[in-house]
Order: sequence, then structure tokens, then C-alpha cells
Amino acid sequence: MGERAQQFGEVILAVESVSLAFGGVMALDDVSFDVREREIRAIIGPNGAGKSSMLNVINGVYHPQQGSITFKGLSRSDMEPHKAAKEGIARTFQNIALFKGMTVLDNVMTGRELKMRCNFLQQALWIGPARRDEIEHREVVEGIIEFLEIQAYRKVPVRQLPYGLQKRVDLARALAMEPSVLLLDEPMAGMSLEEKQSMCRFILDINGHYGTTIVLIEHDMGVVMDISDRVVVLDYGRKIGDGTPDQIRNSQAVIDAYLGVAR
Amino acid sequence: MSFFIEVLVGGLLAGVMYSLVALGFVLIYKASGVFNYAQGSMVFFAALCFVSMIENGVDFWLAIAITITVMIVLAVLIERTVLRPLVNQSPIALFMATIGLAFVLEGASQIIWDSQPHLLELGIQDEPIAWLSQHASIYISRLDLFGAAVAGILVLVLAVFFHKTRIGRALRAVADDHQAALSIGIPLQHIWAIVWAVAGFVALVAGLMWGARTGVQYALTFVALKALPVLILGGFESISGAIVGGLIIGASEKLAEVYLGPYVGGGIESWFAYVIALLFLLVRPQGLFGEKIIDRV
Repeated sequence: MGERAQQFGEVILAVESVSLAFGGVMALDDVSFDVREREIRAIIGPNGAGKSSMLNVINGVYHPQQGSITFKGLSRSDMEPHKAAKEGIARTFQNIALFKGMTVLDNVMTGRELKMRCNFLQQALWIGPARRDEIEHREVVEGIIEFLEIQAYRKVPVRQLPYGLQKRVDLARALAMEPSVLLLDEPMAGMSLEEKQSMCRFILDINGHYGTTIVLIEHDMGVVMDISDRVVVLDYGRKIGDGTPDQIRNSQAVIDAYLGVAR
Repeated sequence: MSFFIEVLVGGLLAGVMYSLVALGFVLIYKASGVFNYAQGSMVFFAALCFVSMIENGVDFWLAIAITITVMIVLAVLIERTVLRPLVNQSPIALFMATIGLAFVLEGASQIIWDSQPHLLELGIQDEPIAWLSQHASIYISRLDLFGAAVAGILVLVLAVFFHKTRIGRALRAVADDHQAALSIGIPLQHIWAIVWAVAGFVALVAGLMWGARTGVQYALTFVALKALPVLILGGFESISGAIVGGLIIGASEKLAEVYLGPYVGGGIESWFAYVIALLFLLVRPQGLFGEKIIDRV
């Protein structure tokens, strides 16, 4: 990892003492960690550890009661999902949230929504930059579709695709936003071994090719250890570990959380 | 033969009037996956707002402009107070909210204005076109023809809106999945306000056309019931479906009344549309133009 570590840039995203409660349940309890540019950062933990809550806080779906998120030097405690998207945070969903009635191509095109420059009237009348705009974005989208190897399904309504492919379309749509940070919510959940391996390859390729910073939540320890640069471990909403995969593997607190310990 | 044509054309034109109402439903269904129970009330509200101004001597076009503004403000209010708190809730919750909205609108419009029937003059006579009745002895109402033209233009505008603009794509995205739409940066709030405003505008057009025929009164809200079979025929998310569905319903109910009516004692026009809808539900539940329902098992 030494060589790879030198490629990382500044801290792009910092989570500072974030606490989030739902009624009496503490979903997140004073959690802090940072993410550097171009790294693959994993958040792991057993069921109910607060992983998804963490992602939803970064994304602006939940507003933490305490603490703040600093993204690209700007600190804030409450965020709205569509504003997060505007600032360059894209995400995928654990239970795929695609536009099921639309084709793969249209789904990925929606990811370009924020990049479209021409106004509504120009597009309605198909004048001005409208045509060039559409063609330009189409090109980018075709590139992404090719990159994720889903060309064959471009015109297929997403609803008809198998699970593994839907996950890939979800990823393609997020990638179409050309985000600076990509949040992946259990990208490997429910996949077969082959699907997991190809997803791993895609994640590494995206990171290598586009230089996208990736924050991913994962259940499957093995997979995470193979592809992440640094790992945060959560348990019952608290951070119990933070470091390289090797450090995490040897941490007693993490082993206890995963295997259980006599108290 | 000319009598048959007259009945047919009369039915088709009446059908266009149903389509006008159905369009409002389709718009909101497309953008939020919700059946807007309050659409009939919006028709009533818009027509009453307009006609009250006309009666107070406001200029025709000024009254149109003001009513459109009122409908836009209403759309923003609905988004703020009804839809925004219900983001990510199930469609049935949103549907229930629109039922409440219907009562609020109906009550409010009768408090603000009154519950008397009002006459609405558009300056177009609801009389047969003289040229046609003389030369082909076919009697077709001028108002019906005007209504058809208005509906045609409206559909053209909406079709461009939905298929040529990225707002159209955003709308479909919002209809499919709220959360995902937010995550790619589509401001759900704006989209909803836009759609409800457009649906409000469509309600105004429908209210004017129907109001000119039946007078502006509470019964106008029931026009929405006639749109139901149209929607079942055409499919809830298809604009062209709303038009074709309206034509089929209008023509078949008039033809049935004239040719089948005498055998069963007449008066079948008022329920024949629902029989057609029922038959359609058995054969093609997604409607003529609706999206085919495919479920992975």
C-alpha cells in the first residue's frame, strides 16, 4: 500500500463527532473519520452498526443532532440530498433504487441531469445548444455504459434485468454524475461470487481510471479487505477501529465485535 | 347514414371533453405515481375563480392570467403543505392526502365565492354549425368543435413538454423513485410544484369548457368521475391514452344510447362508460397505452 498511499490527495471529506439518534436509539455516537482524495475508504460493521446511517448523513438524507461534515473545505451540519448531488456526491443504493420503467440508457442519462446547460425552453424547441448538449452527454454516457460492460442492455427496461446487472446500472448512473466522491451502499450485497468479483474489479477500475474517491459500506469482510485502502469499523453506532486492512485484521476490538466476546 | 355520422362525431367531440379532464390526472400520476382524487375539485375551483372575476367585470384575458397565477400559487402551497411532508411515503398515503385536499378545495371555494350555479359565456355558441347543417344535414356544436381544438393544442404542448425536454425525463424519474431522483440531484420539490401547476392549468381549461356547457356549479366536481373510465381505457401514465380513451368512451356511449338504448328502455349513456371500463379491466388492466406490468417472480 505504501506506493498507493502517495497518490492520495488532501482530505476531501471529514466526518467530525457526528451523533444521530432515532428516538431513544443511538444510531451514531460521536463518530469521526476522514476520507482522502482518490482513496477507497470502507465502512464496515455488523448488522445495525450504523453503516447505512453514516452514509445517509454524508448524503444529506439524515441530519445529525451533533457534529458536522466537512466536504471540500466547507463545513455543514445539515445537507439536502439534491444539494449533495450538486456538490459532487453521488451514491448507489442497497436496495437498488433505479427508475424501473425506463431503459438502461435513460436511467444513466438521468445522471447527467445536473450537467445539462441549456434551459428548458431551448430544449422544448430543440434550439440553441440543446442538440449539442444532448449529443455531448450521450457520448459521456455511452462511455460509462461501455466501461461497465452493459452495452448489450442499453435499450432494455431496467425492470427486466437480473439483480447483478441492476446493481451495475445503479453504479453507472452514479458515475454519470462525474462525482468527486462516490458513496456505495453495500455494492456486493446479495451477489454471487462471480458477480462480487466483477463488481470489485469495476470499483477498482473506476477509482483508477476516473480517480474517483470511493466510500463504500460492506458486510463482506473479505471483499473489503482486498480492495480498500483504509477501513472504519462501526459497532452499535460507535467507531471501534480505523486503519489499513492489516491493522483492522489484527485489532482485538474488531475481532470481538465480529465474533462476539464473553462479557 | 348522416345520422350515424352525426351521433359518432357528437360522441367523439364529447369524448374530447372527457379527455381534457383525464389529462390532469395523467400529469400528476406520471410525476408522482399518485391518483389525484382532488382533480375534479381543482376543475371546480379554477372555473369558479374565473367566473367570479368575469361577473365582477374583470377583462377576459386578465381573468385567465389571474386564475393561472392562482393555480400556480395553489400548486406551490400543495407541494409545501401536503406533498413535502409525505416524501418517500407509499402511494396510498399520498392518495389519502389528495382526498383530504379535495374536501379542502371544495369547501374553500364555496366559502370564498358561493355555492350558486354561475353562467359562463365564452362567446362561443353551443349551437350547430350552420354550414354543416345546411350542406350535410349534420348537426355539430360549435362549442364542441372549439373544445376539440383546445384539447388538441394542449396535448401537443404537453407531448413536447414530456418527450423533448429534460424536465420530462426528470418527471418520469421522480415518478419511479423519489429517493433515487433526489440522489442524482433532481429537486423533487420543484418538479412537484411544476407538475401541479401544469395540472392546475389543465383543470382551468377543462373547467372553462365544461363550465360553458353545464354552468359553473358544484356538480362540476363529478366530471372527474367520467374521466375514470377514460383513464382505465387509456392507461394512467399515457397522455395519448387519455385522448384515445376519451374518444372511445365518448363515441361508444353516444352510439350505445342511440342504437342500444331503445331496447333496454334508454338512459344507458350515464353508465355505459363504466361497463366498457370494466370489460377493459378484465382484458387489459394496464390500459391501451399503459406500461405493461411485468413482475419478476
